[in-house]
Amino acid sequence: MTFRASGMRAWLLQRLSSVYMVVFIVAVLFWYAMSDAISYSVWRELLANPVIAVAVALFFSSLLIHAWIGMRDVLIDYMPIMVLRLILLLGIAVFLIAMGIWVAFILISVVKI
Amino acid sequence: MLTKSQRPKYLNLFKIREPVMAVVSIFHRVSGVFLFLTIPFLIYWLALSVRSPEDFASASAYFASPWLKLIGLVLVWSLVHHFFTGIRYLLMDISIGENLPAARISAWLVFGIVAVVMVLVIGSMLL
Repeated sequence: MTFRASGMRAWLLQRLSSVYMVVFIVAVLFWYAMSDAISYSVWRELLANPVIAVAVALFFSSLLIHAWIGMRDVLIDYMPIMVLRLILLLGIAVFLIAMGIWVAFILISVVKI
Repeated sequence: MLTKSQRPKYLNLFKIREPVMAVVSIFHRVSGVFLFLTIPFLIYWLALSVRSPEDFASASAYFASPWLKLIGLVLVWSLVHHFFTGIRYLLMDISIGENLPAARISAWLVFGIVAVVMVLVIGSMLL
């Protein structure tokens, strides 16, 4: 994959992830507005539903991909010292992958298949 | 006549009069960085909310503490601003409001929407 293609792919992923997050956030706000006080058992049962768990997993995947592309763009624009830029990018990548693994563990522990 | 070295460089951000679209844009970036920093707290909150009924209660109570309300307000602003300016950019991607006058109007419109939402959020916090 060339640099040009990688830029195009980042652009597209940024848009797709943002559209998914907009739909997800609006859906969550609607659900929150419609439901009464949410108890622990209701919350657990909700996340135990595989469809909901997958929707939440997709939200966090979108969030982490979106954050990666956004932070990458910010660093490319504002960090001219190449070594520091690469170190920061590496740190952010490791951090975001760790966050993804954490979410995966949480969701796997609550979902009932 | 000005030589090359004498040409004014207005790199002082306080001397540049930024167009409103540029202000929307830089706030989109700043709010994006804030939201990036929120990710571990969001996931910690999710972990807490599913761990036990007691932890669920404390996760819910997080939004009740005044200090977190203040930090929360900055984060809510970040989310609201990033959300609506992001939708503005998505609309521009499908060629809605691409020209200069429309972009200026939509930039002010987005600021207006964010202001209204923030007033509603602060209002609901005070109630």
